[in-house]
Amino acid sequence: MAFEINGKTYETDEEGYLANLSDWNTDVAGRMATEDDCDLSENHWEVIKFLRDYYEEYQIAPAVRVLTKAIGKRLGKDKGNSKYLYELFPYGPAKQACKYAGLPKPTGCV
Amino acid sequence: MAKHEFSIPVVKSTLEIPPIQPGAMAHSSPFVAKAEHQQPLGFPGELVDNWKSVAIDKMEELLGKYRALPVFLDSCVKCGACTDKCHYYLGTGDPKNMPVARQDLLRGVYRRYFTVAGKYFPKLVGAVELTEEVIDDWYRYYHQCSECRRCSVYCPFGIDTAEITMAGREILASIGVGQKYANEIIGKVHKIGNNLGLPGPAFINTLEGLEEEVEEEINVPVKFPLDQVGADVLLVTPSADFFAEPHVDGLIGYAKVFHQAGISWTLSSYASEAANFGIFIGNYENMQKVAERIRQAAIDLGVKRIVVGECGHAWRVAYSFWNTLIGPFDFLDPAYPTPQHICELTYDLLQQGQLKLDPAQNDDKVVTFHDSCNVSRGSRMGDTPGGQFTIPRALIRSACSHFVDMAPETTHEHTFCCGGGGGLLTDDLLELRVKGALPRVSALKRVIEEDGVTHMAAICAICKSQFSKVLPEYGMGMDMVVSVHQLIGDALVFESAQ
Repeated sequence: MAFEINGKTYETDEEGYLANLSDWNTDVAGRMATEDDCDLSENHWEVIKFLRDYYEEYQIAPAVRVLTKAIGKRLGKDKGNSKYLYELFPYGPAKQACKYAGLPKPTGCV
Repeated sequence: MAKHEFSIPVVKSTLEIPPIQPGAMAHSSPFVAKAEHQQPLGFPGELVDNWKSVAIDKMEELLGKYRALPVFLDSCVKCGACTDKCHYYLGTGDPKNMPVARQDLLRGVYRRYFTVAGKYFPKLVGAVELTEEVIDDWYRYYHQCSECRRCSVYCPFGIDTAEITMAGREILASIGVGQKYANEIIGKVHKIGNNLGLPGPAFINTLEGLEEEVEEEINVPVKFPLDQVGADVLLVTPSADFFAEPHVDGLIGYAKVFHQAGISWTLSSYASEAANFGIFIGNYENMQKVAERIRQAAIDLGVKRIVVGECGHAWRVAYSFWNTLIGPFDFLDPAYPTPQHICELTYDLLQQGQLKLDPAQNDDKVVTFHDSCNVSRGSRMGDTPGGQFTIPRALIRSACSHFVDMAPETTHEHTFCCGGGGGLLTDDLLELRVKGALPRVSALKRVIEEDGVTHMAAICAICKSQFSKVLPEYGMGMDMVVSVHQLIGDALVFESAQ
């Protein structure tokens, strides 16, 4: 599968996750979000940015508690929980947010 | 990630047997594994040219290797006892999800190529030529069986459909048609050590974060040791316990128990996974290779005991198959069972008075328990029959004042699969998962309405993830699902003098 933005083609897997991490840019995230009827707010971008930074350092998406803790620090303690993350990413922060961030889909019993 | 297009079944508090809807799930089929997911497991990367002869040869091999398989294929008398016992049939109405029909997909081909009557009078005995259509049907419907073995409880001959599904999947993978979800995961275990693909540095970072979090919350320095040579206990647990909710609260519960009991324990970065998807795809070599990491880690770390965390099929593999796969365990302390379930360990500590629980900490909850298939029907706990049912319940009762069981035809060995077991916990099978959860959700609805149940505890990572995903589809909260050891951890009283 693939999609196109401004003449450039982006390869994805069967579920729309970016095939090549290095292809990612903010337009890609925006396009994926639009397809899910999701408007990306500042807080969405904060999560996406953290996921990308973490992935760059550790080659994996952060565990949920790592993510909630980091978001709590950045956006305020009341937002450092999965309930808030599910408000931002109703299909599940691990999957939906990873997708917008250009990360591969988490695998396993999750 | 658009909203799905299938309809959600209406859930009633009494389960009804649906009318037959032929082909209702004929469209349901998981993504096929690519070469990169197939080859590291020893399977061909794509459909081989001579697939038909490879498939028949593989079937012959399995019939010789697994003595139960020909017995199961020969002994069905079409009595019909199994027809309304499968959660996928009950949730979808597709007659090919009746266990007998699922078995017949393989049985027809078996008769055609391996029985005299089938070779010479195929039509008289329901023998079927192996064609591409048959392969497609196998791929669809052997991925609509979660290998939960509920049907086998009701079969007068004890035919185990799971064994037939495993054989079907094994033949499919061997001709180049494997399932992406399971095979990608097994490849990650071979390469990195766990289903998630969680590498060492991220593992350390995650565990350090948990230590901080727990100490902040309860002011007790509970540790999550990793690769600690000379520890008494090696804990192997599903990697979802490190990654996901509500699993992680179960992991915190185990750590609190070890801490309070003063047991030295460690996790392993080499064997950072209890799950073993080798069983799901029916492949002995991969199952053995995955299990071998645990033996190796136990030897390298010099532990005396191996304890398995809350994971259904991992416990079946450990309890029922480890000794054959990776035994003998003569390097471990014979004073303890090998393997030991974390529930057994906590239960023993409670019996010995080494842990004190305050159920009032869980007074905001009315808890029920979901028996996981692989624990219920594929293993045991403790030293008495039925321990796999009584021990988790005893733990919950020790930690909670309010416990209610669901209807008896849906618990213990009669338990219904969560709908996502057996390698089907993948989004490309979401419709199947939602519909397959219907029988369990129906029983849950009843105890919610009649007994005010607020939480359902489980001891399986797949069950926890599956319910967190599908309960909201039925209007129930994902936070209803809890780990048994979350309840324990929350009720645990920390006393300094031990």
